[in-house]
Amino acid sequence: MTDQELAQLPDKAKWVWRETLRVHRHAPETRIASSLSPIEIFVALYYGGVLRFNPDRPRDEERDRCIISKGHGSICMYPILADLGFFPTSELERVCKAGGFLGGIPDPIIPGYETVNGSLGHGMGVGTGVALGLKTKNRAQSVFVITGDGELHEGANWEAFMFASHHKLDNLHLVVDDNRISMLGQTENIVSHASLAARLTAFGWDCEEVDGHDVLAVREALLRMKAKKEGKPKALLAKTKKGHGIPTLEGADLAHIMNPKIEWLDSILEANHE
Amino acid sequence: MNSRPLAMRDAFLERIFQKMSEDEQIFFVTADFGSPVLDKIRAQFPQRFANVGIAEQNLINLSSGLATEGFKVFAYAIAPFITMRCFEQIRVNLALLSEVRTMNVTLIGVGAGYSYVVSGPTHQCYEDLTIMRALPNVAIYSPADHVTTSALFDQCVTDKGLKYLRLDAQVLPVLYEAAPPDVTRGFHVHRQGSRVCLLATGYMLHTAIKAADELRDAGIEVGIIDLFSISRFHTQEMQAALSSYDSIVTMEEGFRGRGGVDSMMFEFLARRSMPQRMFNIGVEGGYRFELGTRSELHEQVGIGHHAVVASVKQFVGSLPVVAETSVA
Repeated sequence: MTDQELAQLPDKAKWVWRETLRVHRHAPETRIASSLSPIEIFVALYYGGVLRFNPDRPRDEERDRCIISKGHGSICMYPILADLGFFPTSELERVCKAGGFLGGIPDPIIPGYETVNGSLGHGMGVGTGVALGLKTKNRAQSVFVITGDGELHEGANWEAFMFASHHKLDNLHLVVDDNRISMLGQTENIVSHASLAARLTAFGWDCEEVDGHDVLAVREALLRMKAKKEGKPKALLAKTKKGHGIPTLEGADLAHIMNPKIEWLDSILEANHE
Repeated sequence: MNSRPLAMRDAFLERIFQKMSEDEQIFFVTADFGSPVLDKIRAQFPQRFANVGIAEQNLINLSSGLATEGFKVFAYAIAPFITMRCFEQIRVNLALLSEVRTMNVTLIGVGAGYSYVVSGPTHQCYEDLTIMRALPNVAIYSPADHVTTSALFDQCVTDKGLKYLRLDAQVLPVLYEAAPPDVTRGFHVHRQGSRVCLLATGYMLHTAIKAADELRDAGIEVGIIDLFSISRFHTQEMQAALSSYDSIVTMEEGFRGRGGVDSMMFEFLARRSMPQRMFNIGVEGGYRFELGTRSELHEQVGIGHHAVVASVKQFVGSLPVVAETSVA
């Protein structure tokens, strides 16, 4: 990427942020707070030259496999996938509507989605199977699994963590949207994830942390970990804020189930029109 | 040639082992569960074998990921664990995902019914047919001998969907010495009778044969059908096979009245407005911790052959007397 293209990434993240709000304005059933925290992760993956993908052939064998495990919290992928040409932008008008395929929780009928979402804690294990399959076939493609930190309470993740390091799956990457809030509050007060990096390291993973809202830093970290082939699976903990950019939601304990006020949404979207 | 009894799992795993040489898409995963043939698989094909440890959720998730990469996956564990410990993984990552992506996955569960005789209710399995039947797109196989088990392999490897193979943990006598049954039909008419037909699955076929012999001595000629494919069988042929009887006795090594073969047959008859009366043999009385031989345990819960003979006699005695000419 040229320096000029790189310099545009933060603006792209802002654009995705607004477009995600627009989707939510049309479809208030969508979970907004958890869809705002991972925006820079997805922008870095899809616009930062990290992931290899093919909008014309979403299941192209040459693609890197991006398995989005945090279902509800990835509505920001709708404007991204439309913008990249996976499906027409007009579909964004039909989110959660009859005849559309963009639901309140994304499913693999959406071009660009690999697996079933909604039930949390599944993507890591399936992604580990994909990584094992690619290794067995001697294929060079990478696997990225995007989870929230809340869903790491599910034990199946840890079964996969053990397996992946034992089998030296260095084509496997976990990116955690580490916003530290699940539905009923802060994970610290529910079941603590305070030492998540240390735990993953102890499980044999190569683990880094990054400011999850600094899109350039996220991109650099993702590229660095993708290039690293040292016989270890790799994890990036992206420190994020749930409800990022919405004053009434950002960091609120119950952000997961809160919506921004319609007047506020309209003023933001109106400002964008000018 | 088929007369020497084998463990079902060894018969099936031998077919997998033979096929793995020519078909590089076959991948075998186990949850730390073995067999003598498995030792050959892991020695000869270490690149396409993985033991996930005692971790059935991961077993299923890995199978799903491998299947999306084009592998034909055989996942192997003890029956109650591979169905119930990880049921939501099966539902979401295999059954649901198979509506969108190819999921050529065969779940091999060993330990049907009471076949882990002394291990108690955790290892025994009386709910798996019910719970797997709840998924709309799973082929469920429940063979009664190793010949049938072996014959089901080709179907498992070519069918691109999800399969559950319920195997007995014990070595059972051979039923099909001359030739395996036609597995594409899903059932096999084992014996023709009159008025009453015993429709049995898995181990219960052996009980049905014993019971039928005793009933014959008492002057009651019952038919026997081996139902080895629970969810997919030739329905027209089944209807034809049952139409000459006025009563059907289902026999399964699972809880009675809980959605297993008995429920399936009630639905089958009702949907076709078939007039046959039905009686069900299945495990009664819930969970138990008693010890004993498999036969003793079966008699305790009402599915041993003595219990079956008594139940069928009582059932036949309760039936209205039918003039020969009125039997369709």
